Amino acid sequence: MFDPHLPHSAVIDRRVQESPGIFSLRLQYVDTHVQDIFEFQPGQFNMLSLFGVGEVPISIVSDPDDSHFFDHTIRVAGRVTEALSRLQPDDRVGIRGPFGRGWPMAQAEGQDVVVVTGGLGCAPLVSVIRYLLRRRDRFGDIHILQGVKHEDDLIWRRQYETWSREHGVNVQLAADMPGKAWPWQQGLVTELINTLDLNLEKTISMLCGPELMMLAAIAQLRDMGLSDQQIWLSMERNMQCGFGQCGCCQVGPKFVCKDGPVFCYSEVADFLGAKGF
Amino acid sequence: MSAQHIAARRPGFMERERLQGFLDVFRLLGYRTLGPVVEEETIQWREVDTIDALPTGVHARQGAGEYHLEVQSDNRLFAWNHGPQAIKPLLFSAEETLWHERLMADGQVDIKQTLPEVKPTAIFGVRACDLAALALQDRHFLSQQNPDPHYRIRREALFLIGVDCAFSAATCFCTSTGDGPSLGEGFDIGMAELDDGYLAWGGSAKGGEIIDGLSLEPATEAQLNSMIQETDRAAAQQHRFLPGETELKQLYDKLNHGHWDEVGERCLSCGNCTAVCPTCFCYSTGYQRTLDGRSAEMKRQWDSCFSQTHSSMGQFMLRRETALRYRQWLTHKLAGWQEQFGRSGCVGCGRCITWCPVGIDLTQAVAALLDGGLADV
Repeated sequence: MFDPHLPHSAVIDRRVQESPGIFSLRLQYVDTHVQDIFEFQPGQFNMLSLFGVGEVPISIVSDPDDSHFFDHTIRVAGRVTEALSRLQPDDRVGIRGPFGRGWPMAQAEGQDVVVVTGGLGCAPLVSVIRYLLRRRDRFGDIHILQGVKHEDDLIWRRQYETWSREHGVNVQLAADMPGKAWPWQQGLVTELINTLDLNLEKTISMLCGPELMMLAAIAQLRDMGLSDQQIWLSMERNMQCGFGQCGCCQVGPKFVCKDGPVFCYSEVADFLGAKGF
Repeated sequence: MSAQHIAARRPGFMERERLQGFLDVFRLLGYRTLGPVVEEETIQWREVDTIDALPTGVHARQGAGEYHLEVQSDNRLFAWNHGPQAIKPLLFSAEETLWHERLMADGQVDIKQTLPEVKPTAIFGVRACDLAALALQDRHFLSQQNPDPHYRIRREALFLIGVDCAFSAATCFCTSTGDGPSLGEGFDIGMAELDDGYLAWGGSAKGGEIIDGLSLEPATEAQLNSMIQETDRAAAQQHRFLPGETELKQLYDKLNHGHWDEVGERCLSCGNCTAVCPTCFCYSTGYQRTLDGRSAEMKRQWDSCFSQTHSSMGQFMLRRETALRYRQWLTHKLAGWQEQFGRSGCVGCGRCITWCPVGIDLTQAVAALLDGGLADV
C-alpha cells in the first residue's frame, strides 16, 4: 500500500551557500529506483525532513529533465531550515513528494511570459526562468521583474546579469533601498510593471513573493488589461502533510498544498489579502 | 421516514432476550465488540461482551455547555443520543506514529513505515449522524489521490450496527441537515429499538448474511408503525436548525460581520468543538525523539483551527485573533466543505454546542450572521 506519509532517504550531493541566509542542496534518492521514477513540474514542492528535527515544504528549483538529481534552495527561516543549513555533502534527509500543482507551463507555450518576484530570492520562479531559457524557442519574450527591499537582499545577482544578455529577455530589478553601485531602478517592483508594453493577446504572468506585493502587482497587471486567467501566483501556508489531508494550509475552500501552491488568480481572488485567510 | 425508506428496510423482529445471542454472533465471528458504556458520566465506546454493560434507561440531557445522563424507567438500551465522541477516534487516531527512524552507525538513517495492527471490530449503536460523518471522513481520508493507509486499515476492520434515534437531545438538529434521526446509509446492520425488542435489517452484503442467519420473523405492520413513531418523536423533539446549503454558502459574504467579534469575545479558543466534531480532520505532525537520540518517531496528532500553530508559518501567525479562528472554523465547516466535498461538513449532531465550555451555539451564530435573527431554541 503506497504511503504518502513515508519519506525516502536522499543524500546531499552538493551544497551551495547562495547568500548569508540562503543555501541550495543538490539531492539524490539513495534508492535508485525511487530516483528513476521521480518526476515533477516547476512550482511543485517536496517535504524535507531531518532526522528528529522536523519537516518543511520546499519548492524544487532544478529542471524537470535533470533526472539524476534535484535541487532545493532554502532560506533559513526557523528551527528546521536552520538545522538543514548545517548539513554537508553525504548527509541524509528524508524526502516526500513531489506535491501540489506547478506552474501552467503548457499554457505558457507560445506566450510572452512576465515573471514578477519580490522579497528574498523567489525559488519557485527561478525554476520557471531556468525552464523557459532552456526551451527558449517555445516561448515569446520573457520579462523578469524582481524587487528587493535592500540591494544586499538580491541573490543570484550574476544570474540576473547573465539572463539579461539572452535574446528576448528583459531583466529589470528594483531595490527599495539601493546602494550607490546599484545599476538598476530604485523603487518597488510594481513600478517596473508599468514600464512593460504587453501584448495582451499572448501574455501570461507568474507571481511569487509577499502577498501584499502580489496584490499590488495583480492590480497593476489587471489595470494594464490582463485577464484574471492570465495571472498566476504561488502561495505559502502552514503545511504538515503536503497532499491535502492535514487541513492546515486551507485558504477558503482551497488546499494550498494540493490545489496549489500555484493558483490562477481567479481561483483565490476572494481570499487573497483578506485578513485571516 | 418515507414509505420508500421503510419498504427498503424489510426488517425482522428480534425479541429483547435474543440481543445477547446477537452480540455473541460477532464474538464467534472473531470481532471485538464495542458498544455504548457509561464512563466518566458520559457515553463512551468500550469493549462489551454482555448486554448488561449497556446503559439501561440512560438518557443524555444536553444543552449549550451541558451534558447530564439521567436514568429513566423505560429500560431502553439506546435512549441516549450520543457521547462526546463519534466513531472518529477509532479511525483517525488522536495521536499515532506515521514512521519510525533509526540513526545507523554509519550515519545513514533507516526509515520504517509504521501501520496500525487492528482486530475486526463491530460497533453496536452507531447513530445516523455519526454514519453521515463517517461517510464524509471516508471521502476525506480515502477518496483522495493519496488515501491514508492508517485510516484505511482501521476502516476496513469495522462492522457497523446502527440504531435509529428514538429521542433527540436539545442540541440535536440532524433533521435540518438531512442526516437523521433515522438511519440513512453506511451501516452493515440497521436496528430500531421498540419497547419489547428490536427491528433489524441488513445494510450491506455481510450484514445481510448475518441477519439471514438469525431467521427473524418479518416485522408486523404494528411494529413497522412503532418504528416510524420512534423516529418521528425524535424528529419532533428537535428545535435547533441550520438553514439550507445555498444559504450557508453566503457565510463567505459575511466575513466582516460584527458577530464574529461577539463570538470571539466569548470563545476560549480551547478546541473542544473541533475535538468532538465527527468531521473535523485537521492534524499536525512532529518528531518525538528517544532520550539516547538514536531513534525518532514522526507523530501526528489532532490539530484544531483554534490552536496557535494551525495558521503559523515560522514567526508569522495568520489568525492571531480568536474571532478569526472561529470564522475559519464556521466558514470552512459550513461553506468551504461544500466546494471540497459536495456538502456541508455539519451533520447536525450538536456536539460542538454541548461540549463548548461557554455554550457557543453554531446554529445561533449562523442565524445571526445570515441576519435571520436568533434560532428558535
